[in-house]
Amino acid sequence: MDDKERQGNPATNAALSRRGFLRAGAAVGAMAAGAGAARAQTQPDPLITEVQPWASGWGDGVDATPYGLPIEFEDDVIRRNVGWLTADTISSINFTPIHALDGTITPTGCAFERHHSGAIELKKEDYRLMINGLVDKPLVFTYEDLERFPRENRTYFLECAANSGMEWAGAQLNGAQFTQGMIHNMQYSGIPLRTLLEEAGITNLGDQIKDKWVYAEGADASSNGRSIPLEKALDDCLVAIKANGEALRKEHGYPVRLVVPGWEGNMWVKWLRRLEVTDEAVQSREETSKYTDTLADGTSRKWTWVMDAKSVVTSPSPQMPIKHGKGPLVITGMAWSGRGHITKVDVSIDGGANWQEARLAEPGVDKAVSRFYLEIDWDGSEMLLQSRATDSTGYVQPTKDALRAIRGENSVYHNNGIQTWWVKENGESENVEVSS
Amino acid sequence: MSKCRRNLLLATLLAAPLVATPALAEKYGLGREALPEEINAWTVEVFPDGKNLPEGSGSVADGEKIFADNCAACHGDFAEGVDNWPKLAGGDGTLANKDPVKTVGSYWPYLSTVWDYAHRSMPFGNAQTLTVDETYAIVAYILYSNYLVEDDFVLTKDNFLDVEMPNADGFIVDNRDEVEVPKFSEAACMSDCKTDVQITKKATILDVTPNEGNGEDTAAADTATETDTAQADTAEAPAQDAPAAAEEAKAEAAPAESLSADPELVAAGEKVFKKCKACHQVGEDAKNRVGPVLNGLIGRQAGTADGFKYSSAMKQHGEDGLVWTEQTVEEYLADPKGYIPKNRMSFAGLKDPEDVKAVLAYIESQGG
Repeated sequence: MDDKERQGNPATNAALSRRGFLRAGAAVGAMAAGAGAARAQTQPDPLITEVQPWASGWGDGVDATPYGLPIEFEDDVIRRNVGWLTADTISSINFTPIHALDGTITPTGCAFERHHSGAIELKKEDYRLMINGLVDKPLVFTYEDLERFPRENRTYFLECAANSGMEWAGAQLNGAQFTQGMIHNMQYSGIPLRTLLEEAGITNLGDQIKDKWVYAEGADASSNGRSIPLEKALDDCLVAIKANGEALRKEHGYPVRLVVPGWEGNMWVKWLRRLEVTDEAVQSREETSKYTDTLADGTSRKWTWVMDAKSVVTSPSPQMPIKHGKGPLVITGMAWSGRGHITKVDVSIDGGANWQEARLAEPGVDKAVSRFYLEIDWDGSEMLLQSRATDSTGYVQPTKDALRAIRGENSVYHNNGIQTWWVKENGESENVEVSS
Repeated sequence: MSKCRRNLLLATLLAAPLVATPALAEKYGLGREALPEEINAWTVEVFPDGKNLPEGSGSVADGEKIFADNCAACHGDFAEGVDNWPKLAGGDGTLANKDPVKTVGSYWPYLSTVWDYAHRSMPFGNAQTLTVDETYAIVAYILYSNYLVEDDFVLTKDNFLDVEMPNADGFIVDNRDEVEVPKFSEAACMSDCKTDVQITKKATILDVTPNEGNGEDTAAADTATETDTAQADTAEAPAQDAPAAAEEAKAEAAPAESLSADPELVAAGEKVFKKCKACHQVGEDAKNRVGPVLNGLIGRQAGTADGFKYSSAMKQHGEDGLVWTEQTVEEYLADPKGYIPKNRMSFAGLKDPEDVKAVLAYIESQGG
């Protein structure tokens, strides 16, 4: 694969213009397949030589779309559901189109959804948050009350514990959207949970804080509730009222959701209505019968909250074939860790035999998504493309086989194994696994 | 600038200590004290040691009836699960198998969780409607379905903690920090890490990935899994037949004045339909789900949607001449269990006739 020999490949029309990745040039299809990477244009490009309608007439006026959606040409960049995964769409999940996105912030409108009883419509006026249990004074807040507390802006990833869960027994779904798309990364504006708990008063607990819990409960019909150690609640949790600068979307818990940085998405209770400080974990349905990880011998791990470091190449990938043939190729992907920030991402094009360090677009951010790039000169031969994340604790993303050696195949949750895309000579990719 | 300062000053005056940044344990005096009634209304979660469990009781025999009425549509008459809906019984001894069957009997460690979840979050689409005694009875029946109690068992607050859950000791606290993290924190190999790399598994062999259409993948996914689940078979059939049935019904019973002609009513109906759509579908791609397809509802004989497994009560009413009209739907939805006793729909109903009218307008607008 280090063979840098460049030959024209008429079969795949692998011509690449060094003057730029001009779609216009490709559309004309008149580029000669020469020996070099640079191509000479023999016919003038009408997109350049002829006056186009958009260069002559009007476009839309302001206010054509009071709240904008992406342009119609991008209408395939959408959340998608896998119908056979769940019994219906009310208690179900869909997937972020991570294959088509770049940067680190997930556009809110395509950030995946997971509901247990559907996305409810709860007005700010009807919103109440109760804090009760082992506090000095049980309190009720309105939405307006929450707006009067000092708030912070922090960016975090939210990953469903079941992300990649369908891949435990082997490669199943053909696309990064489906294999790793139960994730989004947003900037939250919210009140530190510590502030609210202190408003209700927890000084009575003294040094018992280590043994206490906060039970967080949602207002929807599923009453999704999770027990969170009080130490975590006081550490970095937020009660979020905005995401990516605007009100939370209905599907993400409008008007208020809990943010539990680095921990599994199910704990980020949406439509948050109650926080109860307790002596013990509630052992609710979502922390016993679900979100527990069964090992090969039949015993199950519970309270597996933190999301292990993980990464995936988002392009090229099955939904993002290479269409330009050999030559300069941008390999990109995302990496994240629930234990800290990403310090390094390595990329292999030979199925994990040899690795090279990718470029992080920005320094890693605590419990947030990092974007990585590796620019290569693709020789047009097939690749077994992988990425491997390392986080600030020194944890290195393991192979799927290494995970299975410890957990077996029945865990469902917390599959952070290395993903392999088999990129073929024609630029198409497939989800595969490779030998260790 | 001076204005900002004044605001800051006001803010800090409100909060006792005069500091610009929030100090530890500083109080803002926001919110109000929660009343005992409010705390009681929301603090209903039940703990493993029985904390918060209310006084009450329920028998297996009562539970069987209540389960059939409220739960069986999804979970099956014997808690065995319908389609992809959760199985609540069985699976004993399967946890170490290739595909473990996780049920209340085989997996759930605490009975409190069953009671709590049924009471707070079920029935699906009609949560928080079961009484305390009904919940005890349903939990008793689920235990019976798992062969954990006899058929004359009565579950009460007093004997609640005596019930032994088979998998109570089947859980360990997350031990990744000890078992995995050290192993996965070794320096990563960068070159010649392995030789002879072979592809061992391919996704295309299974072919279960939805198509890349825009929002049309659900149907595609169902098709892709026809071999995978029996559900696909049952779900596909009505999808083909329903439009034909709808056409017939329209021809026969097209009402003189169409409800769907009023766009405002249709829009109101779409909102009301949210209460229905957990179980019912209507429109071009509608399929039978927990409840039957509603295409062609008006003019349809009760209990006759193709491919749907009705309760015998519903079928009997249809055979006795019940046809769905605006009036009969309104009567039915005013009190579903009273109008047709023992029918399977676990829905409290729509009390307001205007809501019924609106939802029918919406159903009609969708091809119903």
